[in-house]
Amino acid sequence: MRHVISCLVENHFGVLASVSGLFSARGFNIDSLAVGETEDPSVSRMTIVAKGDDGVLDQIIKQLNRLVDVIKVFDLAEENRITRELVLAKIDAPPSIRSEVIQVVNTFRAKIVAVGPKIVTIEITGTESKIDAMLELLHPYGIKEVVRTGLVAVSRSPEGNKASIKGKKVAKKTVKKKAAKKKVRKKKLVRK
Amino acid sequence: MKMTGAQILVECLKREGVDVIFGYPGGAILPVFDALYDADINLVLVRHEQGAAHMADGVGRATGKPGVVLATSGPGATNLVTGLGTAYMDSAPMVAITGQVRSYLIGNDAFQEADVVGITRPVTKHNYLIKDVKDIARITREAFHIAQTGRPGPVLIDFPIDISQHVTEFVYPKKVSIRGYNPPKAGAPQNIDEAVALINKSKKPVLYVGHGAIVSNASKELKTFAKKANIPVTTTLLGLGAFPETDPLSLKMLGMHGTYYANHAVQECDLLIALGARFDDRVTGKVSEFATKSKKIHVDIDPSAISKNVQADCFVIGDAKAVLKEMTKKVKKLKTGPWLKKLSDWKKNHPLRYTQGEKEKLKAQYVIDEITKRCSRGTIVTTEVGQHQMWTAQFWNFDKPRTNITSGGLGTMGFGFPAAIGACFTQPGKDVWCVAGDGSIQMNMQELATAVDHNLPVKVAILDNQYLGMVRQWQEIFYDKRYSYSHIPGPDFVKFAEAFGALGLRATKKSEVPGVIKKAQAHKGPVFIHFAVKKEDNVYPMVPAGKSNSEMIEGMA
Repeated sequence: MRHVISCLVENHFGVLASVSGLFSARGFNIDSLAVGETEDPSVSRMTIVAKGDDGVLDQIIKQLNRLVDVIKVFDLAEENRITRELVLAKIDAPPSIRSEVIQVVNTFRAKIVAVGPKIVTIEITGTESKIDAMLELLHPYGIKEVVRTGLVAVSRSPEGNKASIKGKKVAKKTVKKKAAKKKVRKKKLVRK
Repeated sequence: MKMTGAQILVECLKREGVDVIFGYPGGAILPVFDALYDADINLVLVRHEQGAAHMADGVGRATGKPGVVLATSGPGATNLVTGLGTAYMDSAPMVAITGQVRSYLIGNDAFQEADVVGITRPVTKHNYLIKDVKDIARITREAFHIAQTGRPGPVLIDFPIDISQHVTEFVYPKKVSIRGYNPPKAGAPQNIDEAVALINKSKKPVLYVGHGAIVSNASKELKTFAKKANIPVTTTLLGLGAFPETDPLSLKMLGMHGTYYANHAVQECDLLIALGARFDDRVTGKVSEFATKSKKIHVDIDPSAISKNVQADCFVIGDAKAVLKEMTKKVKKLKTGPWLKKLSDWKKNHPLRYTQGEKEKLKAQYVIDEITKRCSRGTIVTTEVGQHQMWTAQFWNFDKPRTNITSGGLGTMGFGFPAAIGACFTQPGKDVWCVAGDGSIQMNMQELATAVDHNLPVKVAILDNQYLGMVRQWQEIFYDKRYSYSHIPGPDFVKFAEAFGALGLRATKKSEVPGVIKKAQAHKGPVFIHFAVKKEDNVYPMVPAGKSNSEMIEGMA
């Protein structure tokens, strides 16, 4: 079974190595891993797709939580998540069959981002199944190169899993600083 | 006050209550050594960094506060890996500080450079590379906090030499707050109620106690709980001493070389209460056939240990001491009379035993028996790894916590002797014993120089059978007696000890044993006692690897 795990981690060097080291040491299978900054620059979000049964998922989540650099771990259940992936693909598309390729691209609402004499580069975003379906259709024409980002996902829950939930202290400081500045300005005006 | 990075580090160590560091100098760590020259903290100069790591480990296990290691970059740091792994596997608190090349040279294959953070990541609870002199105080505080809280473990700080020479204002952080690290304290009340409900219903319960009970300093609460509810107690290798083995409720150690009655109790019980233990494969044997007749309650401070190897029917995540206190309030005295009678019959009919005739070759078990009889209660004993380690677990009198210092998880030969040296510093003037095999002692015996240097009362009983005993035993039982490279000649240990300036003693007959033990205890410094023991002897009982605990081989006396 595939699981999508989203975790908030400290935005330090070495955290990616910790997580991948953990997975390799414990023998967990990673299908994909995507990581990037969140609304709080000191926190990154990692989206991991891993294979295994419930017992394995349980251990993955617990072992991730054990890492000091991991702040919070969310298991995104299948019914409760929105997933997206981005793919850039170079397709063999000599002028004779180019219009066919463009038809497929349009059907999937993908974009053509570069055109050459023999190659067309397309960008597809969507769920994994949409991407897999499109690549399968393009396969007969000749796929020269494919680059996939790996899944990112959010839960469907309205509150969201905010990075700044734990980083409240950071937010408060900036608010206080701004208020202090305002006070100083006001005083100066009055004196004048 | 303006200080250099090195001075800040030393000041922080002082504020953490560190009074001894084990270390070895080198280029990248010179500024720290210079700062130590004027400081109140004493550095114990070792002869191999691995020895320093094991000494710090000994301190951590004996006191619960992290032992501290200081080594240089490159080979100094890589020499710590085994020591870090030993502490990591047994959840022992330790803080290791390694020098590192200048920060702008990192990644350049500089002289004595190694990616220490990368190399030690799998064997530390957490590690740091200092990038700014302003971070040193915070990182040191965090490192000590992480090392000794929750499930303890080793933490490493990599310290580039240029940063150790930068100057800044010393600001000591008032508190530690790490948003990704919040170890639990008390157990959740509803889980405790669930656990107690299960306990109050059971007729054949067993308490399975591990290192966690000792880390949590929960011996008193454990005794109160077990006696109130009338539940028998078995401990793991690292749990020895958590519960007094002289108590009638004690089943002694369980597992691969545990007692017959402990293993059968676990296999026959209807409720297994795991307290600070992790269902290690040395304990469970074949997992699918382990304690199949029982429900399991798992009390642990580390959520990832729960249901990792064996499914828990009820779990309580929390500190053992706090959880036991709560459970004791609500637990009733159980009707375990018939169960305890059955266990006591097993104890009578299947005791641990050996023979030692007057003319018979000296037996390791006899030597261990004689030593422990003559040691005061609460004497710390460390062991190396192998048959002697198992015999010590079986025959030494353990009734106080933090007196058994042995490498369980990693099984590191060469750990015991330096760990005993480290333990000497935690109780000045009191004897620390080390039971070693002739193979193991050769791994780190250079540290005898350290022991003599500080005139430590460390007494090493070398049980010499001229073999790597445990390996030979397995080769005898599973490999048709094909003793492939398990015969290991050694030096004259008495002459070796004397060459270092220590006392060397020897016993080859039963009649000589009491005398050498007395002489060793009377001598005020380090002693090596060479006991020439029976060459081929096996540790029994034994559960062969991969078999269930019910298929225990009892062996002959």
